[in-house]
Amino acid sequence: MTASLIGIAVIDILLFTFLVITAIAIARLRNLFAVVMLAGVFSLLSAALLATLDAVDVAFTEAAVGAGISTVLLLGTLALTGREEKKPRHSPFLPLLVCLVTGAALIYGTLDMPSFGAANNPAQEHLAREYLERTPVETGVPNVVTAILASYRGFDTLGEVLVVFTAAIAVLLLLGASGKRPSAGRRGEE
Amino acid sequence: MEHHSVLRVVSKLLIPPIILYALYVQWHGDYGPGGGFQAGVLFAVAFILYALVFGIDSMMKVLPPRTAHIFAGAGVLIYAGTGIVTMLLGDAFLGYNALAHDPVHAQEWGILAVEFGVGVSVAAVMIALFVAFARHNPPLKDEDW
Amino acid sequence: MSELVLDLEFIVGHYNYWMFVILMMTGLYVTVSRGNLVKKIVGLNIFQTSVFMLYISMGKIIGGTAPILIDDPDAVYSNPLPHVLILTAIVVGIATTALGLALVVRIRETYGTIEEDELLVLEHEMEFAEAVQGGGSR
Repeated sequence: MTASLIGIAVIDILLFTFLVITAIAIARLRNLFAVVMLAGVFSLLSAALLATLDAVDVAFTEAAVGAGISTVLLLGTLALTGREEKKPRHSPFLPLLVCLVTGAALIYGTLDMPSFGAANNPAQEHLAREYLERTPVETGVPNVVTAILASYRGFDTLGEVLVVFTAAIAVLLLLGASGKRPSAGRRGEE
Repeated sequence: MEHHSVLRVVSKLLIPPIILYALYVQWHGDYGPGGGFQAGVLFAVAFILYALVFGIDSMMKVLPPRTAHIFAGAGVLIYAGTGIVTMLLGDAFLGYNALAHDPVHAQEWGILAVEFGVGVSVAAVMIALFVAFARHNPPLKDEDW
Repeated sequence: MSELVLDLEFIVGHYNYWMFVILMMTGLYVTVSRGNLVKKIVGLNIFQTSVFMLYISMGKIIGGTAPILIDDPDAVYSNPLPHVLILTAIVVGIATTALGLALVVRIRETYGTIEEDELLVLEHEMEFAEAVQGGGSR
């Protein structure tokens, strides 16, 4: 128990620390191109961390979506908007204070949380055990995540697909769905 | 990017395995990590890679934006249609047990159908999003950056 | 000595939660204090990832394995439910991020800038000009 705990903890702490360092670098940099690249690194690191936390499906999704599509879309936006962030005029003191106070309150709240990875964590007690026991009997699907996603919580997933679809419609309405390039002279007229 | 011959050759080698892997993830999602969401994204990545290396216009000859939009809607309809079919067969909306003679097989069929809908919808949406951003107004000139 | 070991266990047991808080606050700080709209969206993504980490951390069981059933009857599986919730949340997250980026692109086209300070000044000037015009025509 202790040996495996130490092993998990070392990888976990290392990856999480890298993740936080990347996030702080993102907050400090003003070159947006570097920010987007670091956001890709951030996604890849979080995918690795998710894989060590046994969430293989989520890690897979995060690696494909976060490090792949998200970076491409952010770069596409940068090509349309510019790559340098201007220095903010107001002082960062007030937002920093708000964040520190909120963070302190949240950390005070975590002190009562059950220990990380404990098997008797309240989150593991009822519903999860039920799903793990019922899935092989009722659906015969070995991947419990797929079974819950598509069968037990099918309504939820239908809603999520509809949200993705709606967001795509909104983007197409905003940016133009025809796929034709507007004439180059338009920008000059505005 | 016509002069980047290394990129062109490597991406030509990579794109078919990416699509094959996407199909594997789609249909094998019951047994290993994966499923409709991941497969859809991987499938879209193959098209986006092609567009990045060979130009978006040649990608749009393969898959015109209109086709992508139709597939985005069709995926949602496959998902919701599965629910309608189970209702017509006498079970609840998305209650797969009525789809086959015994519940375990029926669940398997239902999950496959629903994941297929998710995969089609997500792949089409991701391609459509990329095309919408990449084909928007001419990008800024270098001095504007 | 036993006290020290206990403390170490406490730290290891809560490190994930503390890091989650730091990540979340970094995301919040980027979102509220930076003027650039693209940077704000990246900040929101960090915020979002921190929530994913909290959920997945709570589902993890030490010594458990990924929730893909194997033949071993003694196998311990991590909680699959947070995985399902976060998996769909990631895909919805990219769709909403794309929507935000599309809005940024349109704002840049209309106002010529995506810096919040300059946008506020422009907005103020436009309101002022409208008020002056309205007053003049009356």
